[in-house]
Amino acid sequence: MNIIVVGLSHKTATVEIREKVAFSPNQIEKPLSDLIKLEGIIEGVIVSTCNRVEIYATTRDIAGGIARIKRFMAEYHHLPFETVESHLYNYHGEAAIRHVFRVASSLDSMVVGEPQILGQIKTSYGYAAEFKTSGIILNRFLHKAFSVAKRVRTETKIASSAVSVAFAAVELAKKILGDLSDKTVMLIGAGEMCELAAKHFLNSGAKGVMVTNRTFERAERLAEEFGGEAIRFESLFDHLHRADIVLSSTGAPHCIIGPKDAEEVVKKRRFKPIFFIDIAVPRDIDPKVDKVENAYLFTVDHLQEIVQANLAQRSLEAEKAEEIINQEIGQFYKWLSTLEVTPTIVALRNRFDEIRRAELDKTISGWKELPPDAEKRLEALTLALMNKLLHAPTSALKQAGQGGRVDLYVDALRQLFDLEALQRDDEELELEE
Amino acid sequence: MTQLFFFLTVALYGCATAAYLACLMRTVPLLTRWAARLLVAGFTAHLLSTIHLASKMKYLPLTNMQESLSFFSLAIVGAFIFFERRYKVTTLGSFIVPVALMMLIGSSSLNVEVRQLHPVLQTNWFWFHALLAFASYSCFTIAAGVAVMYLIQRYFLKTKHFGALFQKLPSLETMDEISYRCLTVGFPLLTVAIISGSIWAEKAVGSYWVWDPKQTWSLIIWLIYAALLHGRLTIGWRGKRAAILSIFGFIVVLVTFLSMKHSITW
Repeated sequence: MNIIVVGLSHKTATVEIREKVAFSPNQIEKPLSDLIKLEGIIEGVIVSTCNRVEIYATTRDIAGGIARIKRFMAEYHHLPFETVESHLYNYHGEAAIRHVFRVASSLDSMVVGEPQILGQIKTSYGYAAEFKTSGIILNRFLHKAFSVAKRVRTETKIASSAVSVAFAAVELAKKILGDLSDKTVMLIGAGEMCELAAKHFLNSGAKGVMVTNRTFERAERLAEEFGGEAIRFESLFDHLHRADIVLSSTGAPHCIIGPKDAEEVVKKRRFKPIFFIDIAVPRDIDPKVDKVENAYLFTVDHLQEIVQANLAQRSLEAEKAEEIINQEIGQFYKWLSTLEVTPTIVALRNRFDEIRRAELDKTISGWKELPPDAEKRLEALTLALMNKLLHAPTSALKQAGQGGRVDLYVDALRQLFDLEALQRDDEELELEE
Repeated sequence: MTQLFFFLTVALYGCATAAYLACLMRTVPLLTRWAARLLVAGFTAHLLSTIHLASKMKYLPLTNMQESLSFFSLAIVGAFIFFERRYKVTTLGSFIVPVALMMLIGSSSLNVEVRQLHPVLQTNWFWFHALLAFASYSCFTIAAGVAVMYLIQRYFLKTKHFGALFQKLPSLETMDEISYRCLTVGFPLLTVAIISGSIWAEKAVGSYWVWDPKQTWSLIIWLIYAALLHGRLTIGWRGKRAAILSIFGFIVVLVTFLSMKHSITW
């Protein structure tokens, strides 16, 4: 049994192609059931995000299975095969395992280390499980992928550092102020960066927002959007001490907050630290504010430097992640290989035993004067014969599990001894940990 | 038996130190848990060893420098374990545990004497005073450790150059909270320790205050931490200066502990 992967991603297709091939989560049941109806495809999972569309499946016929899935992807969306085919990549065996482990660990994402992909794959797997298109192999496989992704995230720093200015601001705030859930953010002015950062802070648990602007109406509008309080610009310094985080982005040509103001604010806050982020150009906050004890001032340049450093670090961490994935692939692949050994051995024994019984019965029933212990002896004889004959192929099969020739042997045995009735019954297959 | 306990404790503290330092370099959840476990094991061994010694000698082992160093080390580890549980500050371990280990090793380099206890020390006021003094010292040690970490983190944040420790160190706020805790627990303990010390002095030599180096310096220490606590409670004083004063206070505690002898006894 083989795992195959067919799909396209932001690395092989532009968004125009990707959106044409995407599967909608609301209508995932039909494509999933169509997928496993394809000849040779036994289990299937469809993962469709804005950056990739991938199909994971199990099959005995690698080449055929891959070809059929490719056609399926084109035909389901009523697209000409050639349009889609040139963007598709495919993997099988160890390469397939490696690919999925890497994708789940966010190593294949646009921003390495991003957290969304794991959740997206979990959701896609959820659908497949719900509509019963994934079975024992993909279940085990994807659960393994999730745990590998978790290992990568905890043991490397691949996901721990911020790679956008807004996230970097939140990370810094956490290092200064600790838990953000009882902290208040003040926005001075407006602007995309400012508002984005404010949104991030709110997402990270900040509870209060104050907005101030030279134009009070703008402040009100923004305050409403964030569920916060609008402050008149003239009263800025009456309320500034209530903020733990200050995001400033006005169009003022000179500084609006100086070191003396900062000292006052810090004193009013009983020296609790205050975090200033100055997004404006020209700057809103006098750099000397950073010299004030318990006031911490960062500009966008500082934040950018942090982001650059983090990006560089992530690529180092990505190497560690690949290491972890290497380790895990070996284990999983071994399990996959041995999956079929036990049922094959059982089926082979059963086939031999059928023949043995049939012949034994024929002989005994046709024997007129059977000596008293003859039946027992014949039973023992035929069993011993069968066991000795089976011993060599059975141990060869078990040993082949350690190498890579299991598929070959299993296939050969099934064909040669006509063991086609190899059940897919879940209870039959041994799950070794 | 005492030797056995001692080597066991040193070994466990040593392993714990190595583990905590390793935690600085790699984030492995298993390592963090094992560092804590090793330390608790070491603490248990140390505690049992102290109890064993106490039962053997029939008095608490904090009468001379050797015993005191060991007890100080025990108190520091105990305090740290409490704070690590509460605030999850594994990184603090890399600062505190080596100090405890060195104190313990230092204590062993001194002479072991099981001797007759000076009559002056055979009063409950002495034990009470000594125990409280060590409890307060351990708080101040933790506070100093956290202050060092605070200054490092603050340095990164002010200069905008982030060293490898930046991610590992807890937030300024957490460190500040630990500091505050240490102050609010340690200072009252110190106050009662000094008071009970005076009562003991009265019983021993007839006078509450003798202005010997030990008592004098204790007063200075008391004033330093009083200033810290007062500043914190009235105006919320914290930051670089408070951290430096905390470290300075600890240095004074350490020097006093190591060098000043009670004029009353040894």
